[in-house]
Amino acid sequence: MNALTRWINSFLLIELLKGLVLTGRHLFARKITVQYPEERTPMSPRFRGKHALRRYQNGEERCIACKLCEAVCPALAITIESEERADGTRRTTRYDIDMTKCIFCGFCEEACPVDSIVETHDIDYHGERRGDLYYTKDRLLATGDKHETQIAAMKAADAKYR
Amino acid sequence: MEFLLNFWNGLPEWSQIGIVNLAKIVAIVLPLMLCVAYLTYAERKIISYMQVRIGPNRVGPRGWLQPIADAVKLMFKEIILPANANKFLFIGAPILAIAPSLVAWAVIPFTDTLWLTNIDAGLLFILALTSMGVYGIIIAGWASNSKYAFLGGLRSAAQIVAYEIAMGFALVGVLMAAGSLNLREIVHAQAGGLHQWYWLPLFPLFLVYFISGVAETNRSPFDVAEGESEIVAGFHVEYSGMPFAVFFLAEYANMIMISALTAVMFLGGWLPPFEVEPFTWVPPLVWFLLKVSFLLFCFLWFRATFPRYRYDQIMRLGWKVLIPVTLVWIVVIGVAMFLTPWGYLFH
Repeated sequence: MNALTRWINSFLLIELLKGLVLTGRHLFARKITVQYPEERTPMSPRFRGKHALRRYQNGEERCIACKLCEAVCPALAITIESEERADGTRRTTRYDIDMTKCIFCGFCEEACPVDSIVETHDIDYHGERRGDLYYTKDRLLATGDKHETQIAAMKAADAKYR
Repeated sequence: MEFLLNFWNGLPEWSQIGIVNLAKIVAIVLPLMLCVAYLTYAERKIISYMQVRIGPNRVGPRGWLQPIADAVKLMFKEIILPANANKFLFIGAPILAIAPSLVAWAVIPFTDTLWLTNIDAGLLFILALTSMGVYGIIIAGWASNSKYAFLGGLRSAAQIVAYEIAMGFALVGVLMAAGSLNLREIVHAQAGGLHQWYWLPLFPLFLVYFISGVAETNRSPFDVAEGESEIVAGFHVEYSGMPFAVFFLAEYANMIMISALTAVMFLGGWLPPFEVEPFTWVPPLVWFLLKVSFLLFCFLWFRATFPRYRYDQIMRLGWKVLIPVTLVWIVVIGVAMFLTPWGYLFH
C-alpha cells in the first residue's frame, strides 16, 4: 500500500505540484533583501569593525602602553613601543595594527584595562596600495576621534553585561 | 514615393518575393532576439522573487536595462580559443546551435494569417530541426578539447536521444487527433474553446511533450549537459564572449520555440479560450503570446523549484516512464477514435 501511494504520488506529479505551489507562494511573499549601500542591517553594540584608539574627555590619550593587547593578539597584528613621557607617565611612541593580519577577534578590546583600543562600527574602509591597511597610531587616534560618540554609546549599551 | 514604386515594379518577380520574405524574417528574428534578452531578465526576476529576493534592480529603472548591459559586456569580452581546440568546429558549434532554433520559427503560425511559410509537413520540419540543435552542443563539447566539455557533450547526446523519442511519440498523438502535419490546420482542428484544445484529450501527451521540451532545451531540472555543480559549465566551459552569448541566445530561443510549439499543438495557438464576446475581442496574436508567456513562466518556475536530476534518473524517466506513457496513450487515442462516441474530441 505504501509503495502504491508513493508510486501514485510521483507518477501523477503530485509531489512536484506541491513543490511548485510552495515556490509559487513565495513569488508573492514579502522580499527580505536589504539594499546594502542605502539600507543596512542593525549592528550589535559588540560589533567588531575598524579599530580605534580613544582619548579621555580632556584630550589625553587613554592608552598606557601596558601591551596586554599586543600579548593577547592571536594574529600578532599589533606592534607597540613605549617611552616615559616628560610628566612621568608611560605612553606609546608607536602603536601599529596591521589590518591585513588582524582577524577581528576583539581580544585586544577585551584585554584593554582602560578601554583604549576598541573596534568601531565602521566597515566602509579599504586600501588601494600596499601599506594602506597598516594603521599607525595617528590614524587609529583619528578614527577614535571621528567615532567617539558612537563608541561611547556602544560602550554604555554594553556596560551592564561586562 | 513614385520613384520607389517604379523601382519596386521594375524588379523581377523572384527578387520581389525574396525581399518580402527577407523583411518577414527580420520582422520575426529581431523581436525574437529582444524577447530572448528580456526572457533572461524575467528569469532572474522571477527566480529571485521565488527565493524572496529582489533580483537585478540597478541598471536603469527597476533594472530594465540589465539585459542590454549584459549583451554589451559579452560583446566586448575577449574570445578565447583554447590552444588545442579544433578552431573551425569551435567557432561553428554555437552557430549550429542557434541556427535551428531560429529556422524553426519559419513554420510557426502566429495567427491564422501571420506566418512566414505554411508548409504541409510543418510538424516533420519542426521535429527535424529541434533535433538538429543538439549537434551544436555535441560539437562544442568535442571541439573544446576539454574533459568537462566532452562529458557535457556526451551527456547531452544520450539525453536528447532518449527524450527525442518521447517527444516524437507525443507529436504522433497530436497528428492522429488533428489528422494533419500542417501546424495551421492543427490549430484549426482545436477550434471551439478551451475543452477542444488538445491539452485535455491528450493530457498525458501534453505533459510528456512539455517535460521532453524542458529536457530538450537543457533547462533545469534536466540541465546535466551544463551541470554547473558537477562539470563546471559542461559543453560551454571553454567559451567566452560572443560565442558564449550565442549559446545563451540559442538556449533561450529554444525555450521560446518549445513554448510556442506547445501553445500551437496543445493550447490552441491563437484561439481564444471561449468563443464568446469578451474573449473574441482580444486579437489572436495576443492570445498566442499570452499562452507562450505562460509556458515560459513555467520553464522559469521549474528552474526555481526542482533540483537537478541525477543522470541515471534522467535516463530512467525518459526510457521507462515517458516513452511507455506516450505509447499507451497513443493506443488509447486510437481506440477512442474508432470505437467510442468520444471520437468527436479529435476532429
